Amino acid sequence: MSTWQDRLLTDTPRSRREARLGALYRSWLQFRSNRLALLGLAIVLLLIVVAAFAPWIATHHPNEQNLAQRLLAPGGAHWLGTDEFGRDVFSRIVYGARITLYIVALVAIIAAPIGLIVGTAAGYLGGWVDAVLMRITDVFLAFPSLILALAFVAALGPGIENAVIAIALTAWPPYARIARAETLTIRNADYIAAARLQGASTGRILSRHIMPLCLSSLTVRVTLDMAGIILTAAGLGFLGLGAQPPLAEWGAMVSSGRRYILDQWWVATIPGIAIFAVSLAFNLLGDGLRDVLDPRQKK
Amino acid sequence: MISVRDLAITFGSGPGAVHAVRGVSFDVADGESFGLVGESGSGKSTVLRALAGLNRLWTGSATLGETSARVQQPRLVQMVFQDPYASLHPRHTVDRALSEPLEIHRIGDANERVERALADVGLGPAFRFRYPNQLSGGQRQRVAIARALMLEPRVLLLDEPTSALDVSVQAEILNLLRRLRVERRLTMILVSHNLAVVAHMCDRLAVMNRGLVVEEMDVATLRRAEPREAYTRQLLTASKGYDREVASGIVTFD
Amino acid sequence: MNVAPPPLLAVEDLRVSFATPTGPFHAVRGVSFTLGRERLGIVGESGSGKSLTGRAIMRLLPASAQLSARRLSFDGIDLLSASTKTLRGLRGARISLVMQDPKYSLNPVMTVGEQIAEAARIHGGVSKIEARLRALAMLEAVRIRDPERVFRLFPHEVSGGMGQRIMIAMMLVPEPDVLIADEPTSALDVTVQLQVLAILDDLVRQRGMGLLFISHDLELVASFCDRVLVMYAGRVMEELSARDLASARHPYTRGLLNSLPRLGDERAELPTLSRDPAWLEER
Repeated sequence: MSTWQDRLLTDTPRSRREARLGALYRSWLQFRSNRLALLGLAIVLLLIVVAAFAPWIATHHPNEQNLAQRLLAPGGAHWLGTDEFGRDVFSRIVYGARITLYIVALVAIIAAPIGLIVGTAAGYLGGWVDAVLMRITDVFLAFPSLILALAFVAALGPGIENAVIAIALTAWPPYARIARAETLTIRNADYIAAARLQGASTGRILSRHIMPLCLSSLTVRVTLDMAGIILTAAGLGFLGLGAQPPLAEWGAMVSSGRRYILDQWWVATIPGIAIFAVSLAFNLLGDGLRDVLDPRQKK
Repeated sequence: MISVRDLAITFGSGPGAVHAVRGVSFDVADGESFGLVGESGSGKSTVLRALAGLNRLWTGSATLGETSARVQQPRLVQMVFQDPYASLHPRHTVDRALSEPLEIHRIGDANERVERALADVGLGPAFRFRYPNQLSGGQRQRVAIARALMLEPRVLLLDEPTSALDVSVQAEILNLLRRLRVERRLTMILVSHNLAVVAHMCDRLAVMNRGLVVEEMDVATLRRAEPREAYTRQLLTASKGYDREVASGIVTFD
Repeated sequence: MNVAPPPLLAVEDLRVSFATPTGPFHAVRGVSFTLGRERLGIVGESGSGKSLTGRAIMRLLPASAQLSARRLSFDGIDLLSASTKTLRGLRGARISLVMQDPKYSLNPVMTVGEQIAEAARIHGGVSKIEARLRALAMLEAVRIRDPERVFRLFPHEVSGGMGQRIMIAMMLVPEPDVLIADEPTSALDVTVQLQVLAILDDLVRQRGMGLLFISHDLELVASFCDRVLVMYAGRVMEELSARDLASARHPYTRGLLNSLPRLGDERAELPTLSRDPAWLEER
């Protein structure tokens, strides 16, 4: 084994950073043994790379119309064919990766912290705080998420930002529930009592002792939910309530291509495959993360 | 230093209420080591948690120094818990566990203090950046003791600090606690079901049963095995090992 | 015992190892002993391999464990080559295992009485009514005051001490020939512990059961068992008659005994155990 690996796996790290890196490296070694999770990670990384370098990867401008070349079959200059306006499907998929990533990242950034804060506060403080916060959560949980998102978009107006907000507002309640359940199992732990004895404030206990422990199960859940978020976003796009034309959003692309599904299958199928592949990738990644981060769920 | 008068603690209410502690009184002088002995359900740990300020729902009076135990006094009282596997945060390194109290109370030169604290409990600097899962039970308990002493408290509450450890490790931890007690002139309350451990560690002790103090005695009386109450006598004979006669003679005290 | 009857349990050169990323870890390394109709104690610290030894006899090791032995037989049956079906027939019926924590061993959605009765029915092949009577008798035998009431309780409704007695009742109702008790009383108060031990004691004396008593508590084992094996790091350090424990010769046993605080003594410092690497080597 080379020296940097020895350093990472040492039992006597020399600094906080080294200890953290060592712990991360051990998790990575464990994660690496799960082939499917690696595949998921690879697809997600590919999505990120494609989104970041879209202008260089795309062969055409995603919105450039050329009615003379509409509905061309895959092959030639247009690797994945063209759509009803003669736009290059491959380039639109590449640019669509940006929108998908944007939605997924924004939803995660909005929904996960809300769920985490609401859940840990409810679980740790208990009493009326718990009652109020969890009843609000129940109200949100009572609606099917797509319907609720539809209602929000209808109220806020169609558009990608509003779609993100709508999805985020429907996504946080399960996270709050998870964080609360997790908090209930650790709030009476001796190490929390020890922190209280040392004079740690409630805020400090929540943010430095409880939240880090909820984070792993939440990360797993968020990753697994990514697939659902992508599908919801695509669904909103399909219904014309998400990204607006001419933006290259995969759901909207499926929607507009469905009229040609029988004769020009690629217009709707290729974005469909993209949605499928990325959703699957997030699911595989989430499963792999669960094995590493959530030891209780192990077989 | 510590004064407890008619302390009563009830969990729940109505017909299902559990009267865990039903009027307990005792005093512990400055620098004294006091044992609380009893079987499970005697209320000994409940008394200790109330003194630590972890449970504020009690009646009667309990004061540490001049202040009621309801007020947390981190720089006066600290506690060591029974299970070393549950008393350290699984995601915090030893270093972080020991620096946390210093951060909270804005105490400087954390670096040296952490190193000194580790040395004080017999752990080398190699342990500083380990996670709890890289430590044995005895090492964890040493870290827990170091953490409790970071703020230099004058009172240390010990809740069965060695009952989860192997006997050879128990001896090491008991030696450590005895040494620290002398060096730092600590006042200690040790909760234990093990009479020999209490005899080894304490000056005086109270025997508890079902939420009441059965009797209070000094440790010499315990060593001579001359307790006043039948309950304590039974506890003493039972802890001497298996004997068929003793086993059939066991009675339940209410 | 002048004429030694054939042992119930014969273990020779028992080995258990686990595969780890850094190579195999040998948890039990060449343990040999026999068990007759007696109380045999295995004493050791955590990690000594004492519990794994008990489980290996039951063939209840985790799938990742490698088990080997020159001999592992119960009443003439070779446990190493026995089929899963044979093993299932033996477990519970003729060899039972009592573990430390009753919480994990009792079914939470069945009353304790039903569970004991079921054990009697499956292994004893008796009718439902007969099984119920046996269960009640067994609850009485483990000194539960109101067996009729306790019979109807669910596991979460009983205290730790009572739960442990219920576990023992459940394991004993099929009248096994060998009982492996892994720290059966460590979670109990001393007085309850003595009562539970008295039950086991009576079963050994009256029914001629063989008892393998696994514990970390040297003094308890010395006062309760007939013979004691002292284990360290997967090996048997020494075997001695329980009566002679105080005069044990092996430095490990001596070290353990010395490190115990005692009521009568006034030592300021307890001697701590220094471990000799030579103990790890196989002779």
